[in-house]
Amino acid sequence: MIDTQGLAFRFAGHSTSLRFDDVHVPAGGALLLRGPSGSGKSTWLSLVAGLQVASDGRVSVAGTDLGTLSGAQRDQWRSAHVGVLPQRWGLSDSLSVFDNLALVYFAAGLSVDRRAIERGLEALGVGGLSKRRPAQLSGGQAQRVALARALLRRPTVVLADEPTASLDDAACAGVLSLLREHTQAHGATLVVATHDARAVQAWPDAPSLNLPAWGGA
Amino acid sequence: MSVARWAWTYLWSRPLTAVLNLVLLTLGLTVFGVVLQAQAQVERALQRDLAGVDLVVGAKGSPMQLIMAGVFHVDVPPGNVLLDDLRWLQEHPQVERFIPLSVGDNLAGFRIVGTTHDYLTHHGARAAAGQWWGAPMQAVLGADVAQATGLLVGQTFLGAHGLGMGGPAHDEAAYTVVGVLAPCACVLDRLVLTATESVWQVHDEMHATPDMSAEDWAALQADREVSMALIRYNTPLAAISLPRQVNATATLQAAAPAMEVTRLLSMLAVGTQAVQGLGVVMLLVAALSVWVALWQALRERRTDIALMRLLGASPTRLAALLLAEALWLALLSLLLSLVLTGGLTALIGWSLAHDVSLAVGGALSWAVWWPVPLVALGVALLAAALPAISAYRQDVQTLLSPR
Repeated sequence: MIDTQGLAFRFAGHSTSLRFDDVHVPAGGALLLRGPSGSGKSTWLSLVAGLQVASDGRVSVAGTDLGTLSGAQRDQWRSAHVGVLPQRWGLSDSLSVFDNLALVYFAAGLSVDRRAIERGLEALGVGGLSKRRPAQLSGGQAQRVALARALLRRPTVVLADEPTASLDDAACAGVLSLLREHTQAHGATLVVATHDARAVQAWPDAPSLNLPAWGGA
Repeated sequence: MSVARWAWTYLWSRPLTAVLNLVLLTLGLTVFGVVLQAQAQVERALQRDLAGVDLVVGAKGSPMQLIMAGVFHVDVPPGNVLLDDLRWLQEHPQVERFIPLSVGDNLAGFRIVGTTHDYLTHHGARAAAGQWWGAPMQAVLGADVAQATGLLVGQTFLGAHGLGMGGPAHDEAAYTVVGVLAPCACVLDRLVLTATESVWQVHDEMHATPDMSAEDWAALQADREVSMALIRYNTPLAAISLPRQVNATATLQAAAPAMEVTRLLSMLAVGTQAVQGLGVVMLLVAALSVWVALWQALRERRTDIALMRLLGASPTRLAALLLAEALWLALLSLLLSLVLTGGLTALIGWSLAHDVSLAVGGALSWAVWWPVPLVALGVALLAAALPAISAYRQDVQTLLSPR
């Protein structure tokens, strides 16, 4: 499902590249992307999401070699295949819960599927909250809304960026369990980028890619 | 959902800011639009009443006053002139039409004008009731006069001395209404029209005394005056020689309406330019306010925009979102300003007709209003350009592991 070979990325103004080990994650599988802050976890995620283009090597997701796609094609591909859980859930306070999910359709240039949104929220146990603003949600409710959005269009890959940051131990285990349960139910491949040791403890059997601290110049 | 729908949602996610910008833009567009409308309507009213009048001849004095009194009936004439002094003009080979006008009395503030049927023909007047006068002391009422006084054909009225209300009534000579004119949206609407001889008769009665000798009476009747004459040339060459010939006489003055009105409009232009300048300043302030609001929105929505990029939205789509938000503001303010402009233009039209007797339509003219939407569009694009470019260039990495 996710295959990387000789993947490297060079930041503008830097002479050396950030290099990543090769990875193979099967369809429906999971990967813990581990490393301290600044080790390149977000860069790896952005390469796999097609947000940035590798300066070297190859990324293939669900059989698509992202290096062969134009910027517009990558945008289109991402909207159809990638679900994203940004750090702190990335919910817009300007919009209702419903509109936060509808944003997925706007981004893809599609008309809103109201029933799919309602079903998605109900599946995550937050069906009655569609008219609320994110600021009116508890932390747990916000996680579920964000996950419902990430899974809304049945993506083949779900990328979660530091989902356990600033959560207490109980909530940390709960989020990881929620993520695994629902991505597996959708048959999606899950990648969790984290520097949180608790995530590793809570999910000891997950394959992981360890990124060392990068001292690039 | 379309870009427009999302822009609408985002616009009203900050209702106070949206309302403030809406008010600012609306006020700017309204001032701009009203000035355009008022200017055009006054010009149109002046040009309409001027049509077919090449020269106004009257007593020496201010040419502007002569035009205002003789063509628009909004001022007093500089004086009267002997009809005998005007005879040569009536018979001049370069004069196609000669219309004498005698003013000096009023009916409830509406001027009584002694003239000939040519004056009605000149304005294309049509009788709504009755007929035109056939003898002295018969009067035809303009449409507004008939409506305001309630006088009907067959009824009589007394004129009052002077051009404003409150003068002494001419008890000795009553007019009979023989006709009412259909509305013409011209100066006739607010005039009472009668034969020139009626005005002479009323004033003969006023000046006559019981002990007056036959010789004095004959002298009084021989001393026939009019206030001015409207002249139409039958050749453009007359414009060169005729005014000069008139001004060379001891008692007469010639005033060219086109020239005087141009002078009047250029004087008015100072005022309209000042108001228009105010409108432009208001629009610039509105543009600045919309720009600040969009820029602020962009900062607040940095996460949203990055998220939309992450979800697959193209940079063009995000820039369009910001532009659409500004365009919504422009559209809403345009609609509001259209309503306000229509109301204010009608008010100005009514006020001019009521206070100045200038027959201004008061209806919104689309032919004049068209620059306003363009200005609204320009302001919206100007205000949204930088935020839209910034949205286009938004770094999506701000969402992944923000620091």
